[in-house]
Amino acid sequence: MHKAITLSDAIEMIPDGSSLMIGGFMGIGSPHRLIGELVRQGRKNLTIIANDTGRRGFGIGCLIDAKAVTRLVASHIGTNPETQRQMIAGEMEVELCPQGTLAERIRAAGYGLGGVLTPTGVGTTVAEGAREIVIEGKTFLLALPIHADFALIAAHRADYHGNLDYMLTARNFNPIMAMAGATVIAEAAEIVPVGMIPPDEVITPAALVDHLVARGKGNGR
Amino acid sequence: MDAKELIARRIALELKSGNLVNLGIGLPTMIAHFLPPGVEVFFQAENGLIGMEPLPEPGMEDEYLTDAGGSFIGAIPGACSFDSCFSFGLIRGGHLDVTVLGGLQVDEQGLLANWTIPGKMVPGMGGAMDLVTGTKRVIIAMIHTDKGQPKILKKCTLPLTSIRPVSLVVTELAVIEPTAEGLVLKELAPGVSIEKVVAATEAALIIPTHVPRMQVAA
Repeated sequence: MHKAITLSDAIEMIPDGSSLMIGGFMGIGSPHRLIGELVRQGRKNLTIIANDTGRRGFGIGCLIDAKAVTRLVASHIGTNPETQRQMIAGEMEVELCPQGTLAERIRAAGYGLGGVLTPTGVGTTVAEGAREIVIEGKTFLLALPIHADFALIAAHRADYHGNLDYMLTARNFNPIMAMAGATVIAEAAEIVPVGMIPPDEVITPAALVDHLVARGKGNGR
Repeated sequence: MDAKELIARRIALELKSGNLVNLGIGLPTMIAHFLPPGVEVFFQAENGLIGMEPLPEPGMEDEYLTDAGGSFIGAIPGACSFDSCFSFGLIRGGHLDVTVLGGLQVDEQGLLANWTIPGKMVPGMGGAMDLVTGTKRVIIAMIHTDKGQPKILKKCTLPLTSIRPVSLVVTELAVIEPTAEGLVLKELAPGVSIEKVVAATEAALIIPTHVPRMQVAA
């Protein structure tokens, strides 16, 4: 049993208007092939949950350039002036969330939690509209789970069952999102025979991965 | 000496062997270059690494190894990588000894604003709110004024980063420590008078009888 499908088949599963978690940090560890195919197939009206929007022409920035995104949840958009322009012009709704809180909200969804209590943001603009809960005299904000229809993640190696590992700082949000997306689609720099990734080095188990994008030409990027 | 380099060299003296340290983007990143001999610290990159070092030399870039600003870095032997939940667990959980960040404003209570200028600059807070809320010692590295206007104010006018006060503010003019009593002028930069610092600062400063000169890493 293998889960590898073509890049175009993978993206054809995603309707316009879907919510997508996309891994990566400034494009490092982002699923560049999946992002490119979303743009090529002209998906629109997407909700994106991601750390950032990369740069113009790179990473999630390609989806922003294509005006494919109408709602964004992210911690940082400072590296992409086009995201800021679309936000200020009212073309895209943007929810900014502290990075640690964003990671925990995604984790809460994947781990079946009703929310997470964090001290980050108490007394700041982030607290507006959020529930404050006092535990043993200390104030926390209730950070609610974020769910998504799909998680698009990038791994270093995959085996044909879909076990994944990651390389250095390209891991970031990928394994957390692999727990949280209703359907998980992974692309990897290489796909290796089952058994090549030792059990202790599997970070995302195959059971979480619904579809794997088949090997492309060259190194898979 | 260049103002930013002076600030970086002064803050380098605050780092002790064994510390786990997170440096913000920009000026704070320079500090890694000025560690005194014999001081070995671990630098965290919040995108998922402990043990970052400056890129050893051009040509040694790895597409999977960058800092939180997206710049290529190196990793020391013994480095380790992890996901974003773990990374912010380190930060929020109080496992980081020191973070050095830039600042837009600091006020008399030691509160920091450093992530947005509503209507002008809306980059998002990234990891700043978690770092200021959770790290044991928060050091602010910033130029003392902005186009002649004070940045150390009675009360921040920009949105706060955290309601937790910072530990130390280092500028090209002075070292200032927020305390329960107020902002204490701890050190003066070479060639700078108390009057000059007071004139460039809106907040009230507590001025001890003797204010020593700022020491900097060689």
